[in-house]
Amino acid sequence: MTTEEKDWPLYEVFVRGKRGLNHVHVGSLHAADDRMALTHARDLYTRRNEGVSLWVVRSEHIAASTRDEKDPFFEPSADKVYRHPTFYDIPDDVPHI
Amino acid sequence: MSDDHLYMTLAEGHDDDTRWAYGTGFEDPLHGVDGAVPDGIDTGELTAVCVALADDALVLAQRLAEWTTRAPELEEEVALANIGLDLLGQARLLYSRAGQVDGTGRDEDAYAYFRDADDFRNVRLAELPNGDFAFSVARLLVLSAWRLAHFERLTASDDPVLAAIAAKGVKELSYHRQYAAEWVVRLGDGTAESHHRMRDALEQVAPYLDELFTAYDVQDEVEAVLKQVTETAGVPLPVCRPQPGSGRAGNHTEHLAPLLAELQSVARAHPEATW
Amino acid sequence: MAAIHADASADRAEPELREHFEATIARDQRIEPRDWMPGGYRRTLVRQIAQHAHSEIIGMQPEGEWITRAPSLRRKAILFAKVQDEAGHGLYLYSAAETLGADRSDLTNRLIEGRQKYSSIFNYPTLSFADVGVIGWFVDGAAICNQVPLCRSSYGPYARAMVRICKEESFHQRQGYELLLTMMRGTDEQRAMVQDAVDRWWWPSLMMFGPPDDASPNSAQSMAWKIKRHSNDELRQRFVDMTVPQAEKLGVTLPDPDLRWNEERGRHDFGTPDWAELKRVITGDGPCNDQRTERRRTAHEEGAWVREAATAHAAKQAARTRRTPTQKGAVA
Repeated sequence: MTTEEKDWPLYEVFVRGKRGLNHVHVGSLHAADDRMALTHARDLYTRRNEGVSLWVVRSEHIAASTRDEKDPFFEPSADKVYRHPTFYDIPDDVPHI
Repeated sequence: MSDDHLYMTLAEGHDDDTRWAYGTGFEDPLHGVDGAVPDGIDTGELTAVCVALADDALVLAQRLAEWTTRAPELEEEVALANIGLDLLGQARLLYSRAGQVDGTGRDEDAYAYFRDADDFRNVRLAELPNGDFAFSVARLLVLSAWRLAHFERLTASDDPVLAAIAAKGVKELSYHRQYAAEWVVRLGDGTAESHHRMRDALEQVAPYLDELFTAYDVQDEVEAVLKQVTETAGVPLPVCRPQPGSGRAGNHTEHLAPLLAELQSVARAHPEATW
Repeated sequence: MAAIHADASADRAEPELREHFEATIARDQRIEPRDWMPGGYRRTLVRQIAQHAHSEIIGMQPEGEWITRAPSLRRKAILFAKVQDEAGHGLYLYSAAETLGADRSDLTNRLIEGRQKYSSIFNYPTLSFADVGVIGWFVDGAAICNQVPLCRSSYGPYARAMVRICKEESFHQRQGYELLLTMMRGTDEQRAMVQDAVDRWWWPSLMMFGPPDDASPNSAQSMAWKIKRHSNDELRQRFVDMTVPQAEKLGVTLPDPDLRWNEERGRHDFGTPDWAELKRVITGDGPCNDQRTERRRTAHEEGAWVREAATAHAAKQAARTRRTPTQKGAVA
């Protein structure tokens, strides 16, 4: 793995598909700076009008949970069944719920 | 699967048509625009304006297409093609309008494929060979800055079709100008080599500036843009003697005929064919 | 997501991790970049995704030759957009490979030094504008057969890239077939051009699916890992079954005397591709191998000063901004 200094760094791209939706990660690209990353993201990931807003962030700036952390990180939520709509038993004849 | 579902939301909310769209989206820019030629308009002048602007766009799109598989980075392949596709779209609309206005009913392909170099009215800057990436972006900066300023005025044209074409073009050209300006700055400021190349590029572009400033009063505005960009880039735009003649009058460099020979080769080899 | 480099200890990892990995695959769930995965799985994926990405990028060349010569402005726009999509698809795939710790410039070097392969089909020349139509019909048709199942590939980023690529490529095959329909309704000369292109591209298209299953040693492991979902021969059969009725509608003859419907199997029987030719083309001895990699190398090398300039400008710009800090806007 030879990453030379002169290579453009990797950026992650997030697109808001339409108003009312979150930005969603769609992939990555290389760019020399933030400005270029936005331009490239526009050209590459929204060629077909897929987005109304873009975020780009240097991949190395993303802090992510690691595999080792996985269990303590996510398992506490697994037992909070009350957060899930199916926890609540609602009679079938109650409309719109 | 839920991850796919999340991903698929990107594609939701658009018409199915977008699946088939080319390039930067699919909308009919002339939707709801009355195509009749307004009374009292000078049809000769309107045709000439449409053809000249279409020729600029087609010839530059052809040069941009030549970058395909040769761009300095893959992301730039995509960007240059987007710009080329926008210009090609503008050329097609403008040729079609010219054919309606001049009374011949010629279609876009008749203008593009069955006229010779003498009949083309593009500025010579558009037809010059691509050179290096510095020349290509310097040329793109000049042409898109001029075209943007000109199109902004044309949105108020007496011809509703030309006004609608210009309105669509303004959005596209703002992006082209920004793309080119950013690269001119990057190359001017970047390394000693890129600075040198950008200086050469602007020297090659400068003699062809005058040819652009014939219609409307966009010269000051365009020159202000160029001054701002080139100063930020640290490579001032040279002052030089204009190249005599004008592509607008059909005087071209030796580079246009070979460009057209390639562009028209298949169409002219099979004049009876349908594609 | 950010590149996570393969750890050398991967293959010696705890049986528990391997069990977890295999259970995830068995449940038809996706493996994601930061999950533990066997070294072989990672290497196979990097190789397959990189080859796929290289194929998209090299695949721009045979058709790209015709953008400047397309015989109508409509065809020019379609072809320009299609070749642009191929650059985009190459980028999506390199992006997927980078989630596995690969580095794009390293993969590019492997391509231009001939150390990594791309699809054999792109080593054939495009001789007439009919080739643009036939490439859309056959090559993109074959690509769709290959790629649609990959939308369910076990590796998440690869599968997601394929979803996007398949959606975008839906127009590629159609534009090709539509061009051929139009040409077949044109002059005798045009019809002859179409048949000639069909004759030249049919067998190379069948070879796109790779060697026959009994000569494809890595396939079984890839299928067990659900990186690959169907065998080469199965995909080739699907392609033939899909294409035969399209050829009839078009009015062209597929150049295979053994091609016929087999009532019993409910599928078409067809002749055997020249596997020796496939081997030659894959090992670098096809009609256009040198020209294709040479073009890619030239573009990469001649673009170096541009990429360096952008990096230098970014560094200078960052230094200038540090001296005059600016307010960053809040996002969400």
